[in-house]
Amino acid sequence: MPVEFDPHRVVQVLGQTETFAQGDVACAYGALLGGCDFFAGYPITPATEVAEAMARLLPRIGGAVLQMEDEIASLSAVIGAAWAGSRAMTATSGPGFSLMQENIGYACMTETPCVIVNVQRSGPSTGQPTEPSQGDMLQARWGTHGDHEIIALAPASVQECVDLTRDAFDLAEKYRNPVLVMTDGEVGHMRERVRLPAADELEIRPRGEPTTSPEEYVPFLAVKGGQIPEMANFGTGYHTYVTGLTHDERGLPATDDATTHSRLVRRLCQKISSDVDTLTRVERDDEDGATVGIVSYGISARSAAGAIRILRGEGERLNHLRLIGVFPFPEKAVQDFAEGLDRIVVPELNLGQICHLVREAVNGTAKIELVPKIGGEILTPDEIIQAVKHGGESV
Amino acid sequence: MKKEIRIVGFGGQGIILAGVILGEAATRAGHWAVQTQSYGPESRGGGARSEVVISSDPIDYPRVRRADVVVALSQEGYEKYGREPGIPTVVVDSDLVEAETVQSLPFTKTAEEVGHKIVSNIVMVGYLGALLDVVPHELLEETVLANIPEGTEELNARALAAGRVLYENHAG
Repeated sequence: MPVEFDPHRVVQVLGQTETFAQGDVACAYGALLGGCDFFAGYPITPATEVAEAMARLLPRIGGAVLQMEDEIASLSAVIGAAWAGSRAMTATSGPGFSLMQENIGYACMTETPCVIVNVQRSGPSTGQPTEPSQGDMLQARWGTHGDHEIIALAPASVQECVDLTRDAFDLAEKYRNPVLVMTDGEVGHMRERVRLPAADELEIRPRGEPTTSPEEYVPFLAVKGGQIPEMANFGTGYHTYVTGLTHDERGLPATDDATTHSRLVRRLCQKISSDVDTLTRVERDDEDGATVGIVSYGISARSAAGAIRILRGEGERLNHLRLIGVFPFPEKAVQDFAEGLDRIVVPELNLGQICHLVREAVNGTAKIELVPKIGGEILTPDEIIQAVKHGGESV
Repeated sequence: MKKEIRIVGFGGQGIILAGVILGEAATRAGHWAVQTQSYGPESRGGGARSEVVISSDPIDYPRVRRADVVVALSQEGYEKYGREPGIPTVVVDSDLVEAETVQSLPFTKTAEEVGHKIVSNIVMVGYLGALLDVVPHELLEETVLANIPEGTEELNARALAAGRVLYENHAG
């Protein structure tokens, strides 16, 4: 049975409201604050500390933690728990994330709320297990096959590990979709001051029961003219046939009907894509008269902020757009940001992933320049300063 | 106020814990602090690097950009990180590193004298605490005690105090 959210118990279990914690552990704090009561996972550097923290904390609020045999089973368990009514989460890194892709698609297709933390490490393959990267960003969007949408958040600090993981649960419930928290080995393992909310600042909207009776319930028919059907937990008297096959509103397979497939998949995509304005989450820092801007996300935003501080100290004018929500991609916010700029510099710990989406959104009104870095060290402010002064790689 | 500290050595010397303690103590003292580290996949040995940035203001770039202090507890670490020109203070462990023109201090020997060489990292923390002078000793001690195994409090407190004494005897 899922655990009813008890803010006082959560706060008591988490202990001090001000603490010096590492990002991975902060994700666990955020999960509890977001109402998580089920975690299934498999150890992998640099994400293991998330599982360890969940194992320490979740049972104390009455939740359950399982170490599964692998990452495929971990996400399977999470999906099962979600259908039993739990707010469920797993955490992994690149190689595990690759294993989870089929189940991510299954969760999209079956409209199963779930949260997946990916503490990105240097790849591809086994790569540099103890070193950070931002190499899984496009995989986050398109790792699983077929047309689908994904919500992905990119924490740039230990505090954001708390806050964004917490938010991920409400988003997963609202949109009935997997939500990814894309951190990295640097943010995951670094320690910073963190402030945890008091009990009276905590509230979650419980899933509740559908507004229709079990006899009248149509599992995948959105009620009240929306795009998102009400979810009914297993064991509550409502019956839902859950399949990854193309299905009709009753949940029953309907694979030979092009119209049904189209209606389903378009709805699955539109329920998120049409809400991109609500889901857009960016932080913008402009200076009058700037003609160069930086678009950054995650740990690279910290390097970019350092570069901007130093450059502004030298009298240079730069604008900065930090993407907190990376998917659905905030096209309009990026287009808006590009207005009046000649050049946009995109620093990433990969060989160029989000820069292509920036280029697509900007559509020629500014030149996009990449500052790529791989090998395990995060970008230094000086590397970004070099690119701003002398040009980055053309995209 | 901003202090950028880099501690390098090999896995198993407790340099990450040293960084965590410094960062946490700085936070308890009301400063902003970020602690980061780098290490390889080896379960023993391998290079290890621990960095702490302490500041009166929120910290953007979390790593050391211009080190104020580099502490090297291995020859390799010293060669790689201790020889950049312009580092105001470079300190090495006299038992582990051969180096010219830098402060060479007996962290390991002092640890053996207070009871066990395993606390050489805490001796080093005591030394750094005095050198940096941004955290009162009592707060640093409180932080050490919150981060070491039960039953080792006295040993660690002695190590921390001995480190501070090392600084007082070698300052300047």
